[in-house]
Amino acid sequence: MANSSARFSARLLIERAAASVIIGLVFFWLAVNLLKSPSQFFQASVIGISNGVLYALIALGYTLVYGIIELINFAHGDLFMLGGVFAATFIAVWFGQESPSSVGYVVFFACLIAVMGFCATINVAIERFAYRRLRRAPKLAPLITAVGVSFILQFVGMRWNGSGPKTWNSVLPSGEFVISGVNIQYTTIFSFAVTIPLLALMTFIVTKTRRGKAMRATAQDADAARLMGINVNKTIAFTFALGGALAGAAGLLFQQTRGVTNYNLGYQLGLIAFTSAVLGGIGNLSGAVLGAILIGLVQGLNDGLPIGLGQQWSQTVVFSILILLMTFRPTGLLGKPMIEKV
Amino acid sequence: MKISLPGIRKSKAPKKAVAGFDQAKWIRGFSIAAIAIWIFYSFVVDLLPYEVSSVFQKWMPATTVNEALVWVICALGLNIVVGYAGLLDLGFVAFWAIGGYVAGWLMSDFFQQVSIHLGSTAPAAQRGIHISFWGVLVIGGLVAAVFGVIIGAPTLRLKSDYLALVTLGFGEIIPQIFYNGENIGGFNLTNGSKGIAPVDNVGLFGKTLGPFDLDWKYLIFVSLTALMVFISLRIRSGRLGRAWLAIREDELAASMMGVPLMRSKLAAYAIGAVSGGVGGVAFATHVNGVFADRFSFSISIILLAMVVLGGMGNVWGVIVGALTIAWVNATGLPAIGDTFNSTFGTKINFPSYNFLLFGGILIFMMLYKREGMLPESRLKELLHETDDETSNTGSHS
Repeated sequence: MANSSARFSARLLIERAAASVIIGLVFFWLAVNLLKSPSQFFQASVIGISNGVLYALIALGYTLVYGIIELINFAHGDLFMLGGVFAATFIAVWFGQESPSSVGYVVFFACLIAVMGFCATINVAIERFAYRRLRRAPKLAPLITAVGVSFILQFVGMRWNGSGPKTWNSVLPSGEFVISGVNIQYTTIFSFAVTIPLLALMTFIVTKTRRGKAMRATAQDADAARLMGINVNKTIAFTFALGGALAGAAGLLFQQTRGVTNYNLGYQLGLIAFTSAVLGGIGNLSGAVLGAILIGLVQGLNDGLPIGLGQQWSQTVVFSILILLMTFRPTGLLGKPMIEKV
Repeated sequence: MKISLPGIRKSKAPKKAVAGFDQAKWIRGFSIAAIAIWIFYSFVVDLLPYEVSSVFQKWMPATTVNEALVWVICALGLNIVVGYAGLLDLGFVAFWAIGGYVAGWLMSDFFQQVSIHLGSTAPAAQRGIHISFWGVLVIGGLVAAVFGVIIGAPTLRLKSDYLALVTLGFGEIIPQIFYNGENIGGFNLTNGSKGIAPVDNVGLFGKTLGPFDLDWKYLIFVSLTALMVFISLRIRSGRLGRAWLAIREDELAASMMGVPLMRSKLAAYAIGAVSGGVGGVAFATHVNGVFADRFSFSISIILLAMVVLGGMGNVWGVIVGALTIAWVNATGLPAIGDTFNSTFGTKINFPSYNFLLFGGILIFMMLYKREGMLPESRLKELLHETDDETSNTGSHS
C-alpha cells in the first residue's frame, strides 16, 4: 500500500507542477500584453467582461439543472438561440421597432418578460416530456436524449430563422463613451443593467425563498426531500423554468447587442457557457458567474490582444481550457471535491 | 444490483452465446451478401432495361452503398466506445478527420517540399508524399489510435457526463485545427478550408482505382467492414471485451474484481479510434480529397444515432442502423422528397428535415426503446433495471 500511495503523491506532484506551469504561462502572456499596450488590454477586458456577463446567464441554466438532477442539458444553448430568434421576431417583426426610441425601450422590456416566459415554458415542456421519464434511467439515456432535444431545437431555429445568419437593428442606443482611452459601448452598460438585477433576483429566489429551499433540498437528496413533503417534480420543473428564463434573457440581450441570430449559435455559445459552469464548479451558482466572466475575459483577451492567437482560434482556446480543467481540477474553482457514492 | 459478473480471468464464456452468431456462419453469410451486392452492381445493373436501372440509380446508387460502408466502419468503432465500454463519445468525428488528413498528407502532392514514393500508383515524377493506400490505411489507423489514447487519457478519472463533454471538446478542436491550419507559424499544414485534393488512386492487384471505380472500391470497403466486424466480435468475447462490459455495467464493481479500469478504457478509445481512422482514409479515397468543413459536430451525432438506433453493443444492430441512416441521409431523404414533391406538386425541402429526424430518433429510442432495434440481451436488462441507488448528490450554494 505504501508503494501505491507514493505513486499517488508523485502523480499529484506532477499534476501540481504542470498546472502551475500552465498558470504561470498564462500570467506571463497577460503581463507581456499589458506592458505592450495597456489601452488595448483594458479595451479587450471590457469586451470580454461584457461577453462574460452574457455567458453567465446561460451558464446558470446549466449549473441549476446539473445541480438538481445531475444532467448536462445539452439543449440549453439551443434554448438560448431560440430566445434570440423569438426576441428578434417580437421586437422587429411584431412591433416593428428597429431603431432606438422610447417606444423601443418599452418594447424591449416587454420582450424581456415575454422571452423569459417563452423559454421557461419550452424548458419546462422539455423536462416534462423527455427528461422526467428518464430520471431513474442510466446516465447515458438522458444525456443522449438531451442531444436529441438540442437537434430538434436547432431544427426549429432553422425553420424559424432560415439556414443562414440574419442581422437585426437594435432598439438600444448605439453610441459609446470613453474613459481614459477605453471605449465603452452603451449596450454594454445596458446588458449590465439587465443582467445584474436578474442575477440578484435569482440568488434571492434560490437562497431566501421557500421554493429555493425546496430546490436545495431536492438537490441534496431527492428521496429525503420527497419524504419531507416537498413536491420534487414541481421543484425540478421550477428549476428548469428558472434556467430557461435566464437563457431567454440572454437570447434577447445577445440579439440586441450583437444584432445576429443564427440557428447554430446556441450550440457554440452553449458549449462556452457550459465550460464556464464547469470552470466555476458545476452546481455552484456563484461559481458559474465567476467562471463565465473568466471565460469571457480569456476569450476577449485572446481575440483583442496584440500577442494572441486571434479570433479564429477562440473556440479552440475555450475548449482547451475545458480539457485542461477536466485534467487538473474537474471540480472547478469553487466546487467541492466529489465523493463517489457507492 | 443484480449484476452477475463473469469471472474476468478464468471463465471461458461460450463464444456462440456471447457473439450471438457462429463465427463461420456469419463469415459465410456476410461474404454471400457482399458478393451478391457486388455482382449486382458490377454486372446485373448494366443488363437491366433502362427503366429499372434508373430506379436503382435514383434510390440506391453505388456511391451511396460505398459511402454507407464508410459510415458502418466508423459506427462500429463508436460502438466499441459507447456500446461496449459505455463511455459516451460525442467527438468521434475527430478520428474520422484525422484518418482523412493522414490520407491527404500521405497520398497526394500536397507536400511539395519532398518527393517520397512507396508502392503508390502515382507517377514517379510527381512531388509530395505518395504511399500505397494499404500502407496509409495502417498508418491512419495507428495515428488515430494514438490520438484516441491522448483524448482518452485526461478523461479517465471523469464521470460519464464530463467525459462526453471532453470528447465533444476534442471533436471541436481537431477539425478546427484542420480548418485553421493553413498558416501554423507560417507553415501550411492542412490547406485550410480549401482542403487537400485530389488523393492518389488506390492500387489493387495491379489495377489503379480512380474515384469512379465504385465496384472495385466497394470490394475494398466491404472487406474493411468485415475486418472491423471480425475485430469487434472477437474482442467482445475475449477478456478485454468482457472487461469493457463489466465497466459499462458497474465500474466500481469491475475495479473491485480486478479489471484494470485505465488500461481497458484506453484500449476502448484506441481500438474505436482505429476504425475511425480507417474509415477516414477510406472516405478520403471515396470523395477523392479531404475537406475541413465536412467534419462537423453533426457527424458525431449521426454516428451516435446509428449506434443507438441499431442497438448499442450489438454489432449487427449497429450495421443495420448505420446502413439505414446513411442511406436516408445520402439518398433516401432527397429521393423521397423528389417523389413526394413531383407526386403532390409541393416544394418541400426534405433534406432540411434531417435535424428533426436524427434528434427525433435519439429521443424516441431513449424514451421507448432504449436498447435499439436489434437489442443486445445483456444491455437490455441493464437499461431496464430500475436503479434505486441513483439519487441526487449535487450540491447548491
